[in-house]
Amino acid sequence: MRAALKPLFDPLLRDNPVTVQILGICSALAVTTSMTTALTMSLALTAVLVASSAVISLIRRHIPAQIRLILQITIIAAMVIVADLILQAYAYAISQRLSIFVSLIVTNCIVLGRAEAFAMSHPVGPSILDALGNGAGYSAILMVIAFLRELLGFGTLFGATIFPTVADGGWYQPFGFMLLAPSAFMLLGLLVWALRSWRSEQVEPASTRVDREEALS
Amino acid sequence: MPDLNPISLWQRLLAAPNDSRGKTLTMAFLVSFAAALAVSSAAVLLGPRLDANREAERRARLEALIAETPGLAEVLPGSGIDSLEVLTVDLRDLSLADAVDPTQVTELTPDDDIAGIGTRPDLQQIFMARDGRDLALVILPVYGQGYQSTIRGYLALGPDLNTVIGLTITEQGETPGLGATIQTPGWLAQWPGTQLMDEAGEIRVAVVRGGGSTAYEVDAITGATRSSNGVQNMIRFWVGPLGFGPVLDALRSGDL
Repeated sequence: MRAALKPLFDPLLRDNPVTVQILGICSALAVTTSMTTALTMSLALTAVLVASSAVISLIRRHIPAQIRLILQITIIAAMVIVADLILQAYAYAISQRLSIFVSLIVTNCIVLGRAEAFAMSHPVGPSILDALGNGAGYSAILMVIAFLRELLGFGTLFGATIFPTVADGGWYQPFGFMLLAPSAFMLLGLLVWALRSWRSEQVEPASTRVDREEALS
Repeated sequence: MPDLNPISLWQRLLAAPNDSRGKTLTMAFLVSFAAALAVSSAAVLLGPRLDANREAERRARLEALIAETPGLAEVLPGSGIDSLEVLTVDLRDLSLADAVDPTQVTELTPDDDIAGIGTRPDLQQIFMARDGRDLALVILPVYGQGYQSTIRGYLALGPDLNTVIGLTITEQGETPGLGATIQTPGWLAQWPGTQLMDEAGEIRVAVVRGGGSTAYEVDAITGATRSSNGVQNMIRFWVGPLGFGPVLDALRSGDL
């Protein structure tokens, strides 16, 4: 039972796509100024990931090796367009705020990465679990960063006031830096550092690190 | 006699080695076909909702244009967009029509087609507000080709039909951060007060780098020359002789 659920739970923390594999960080930086956009983006990515993994796993035995990547991308791109249209139809305001980042799910390394590394060589069931796990792992990191950025940058969570800001007659002076993209880099860096201090097995072996003297020269 | 039974053909396909040429081509075709089917059915099924959302967005932006332009809200009796008089004009002969008919279009020659729109719909809806009996405001729908998308917007003109009261962009898909700047309030704020034509009636309005030195110029966006030109050309086209030029002349002389 534990082994069967491994693809679902592993990507949450032990092999998280964002903090361990450092994939998909472009969108993680771009949509995390508010919890609402981060949650919408997380759901869209998870839906695309699950659907594309399921389809690719279903036809995996009949995908010719030479055109493997292009078939995967075609399937993923179709799913992304459908997800984007659904968002535009049922959540127009949020889809305007996410602008191009929903369409850019197609270039998100997590989606193609899971298709190529997992769905191509596993049956449908485990592929869906793996997709759900990776989607949830991505979502968890996005939500943590969005929580900090929205709370510190606007004093709100999901748009509801938590810290009344000075502009509204409260006491909280918003930390404007949190709304700029570099703050997401720093939060992500701090998160990776915290996770690796806690679980030291996530630290890369010395051979993959940049040699200190080489970097300085 | 080749075997054309679809079931046995399908079984033969499944059994074929993955790297055979036939299977590669068939798989490429089948996957693309399924993807195309999924995308087009989603677009068709969700189409009405998408159109309704875009229409609501256009209306909201028109309302925002009215709300943001100083003095405009006072000119309008009642409140907002509903107090605007809506005219559907046939650009061929300036007659009034009941409804917009997108099938009636005029082909544009490449020389005339500075906005890059190919054909011009003949029936256009314009919005007007009157202050007593005098014309107070005219709002024209404008659109044209930008760098990578069609730019749509509304141009509001004052009573002299030459001074821009405001420009709003309702739809564009230009590069975020560069061309998409045409939709930001900061850039659009340059438009109020801009003159379209000089005394001789020559269209002078322009979007130029480092502009703003004359009453006809608006500053272009650095790094988005083609989006800036797109806005310029769309306004020049629509206030020109093939756009609303004749309508504006008729309004000036009181014929419309």
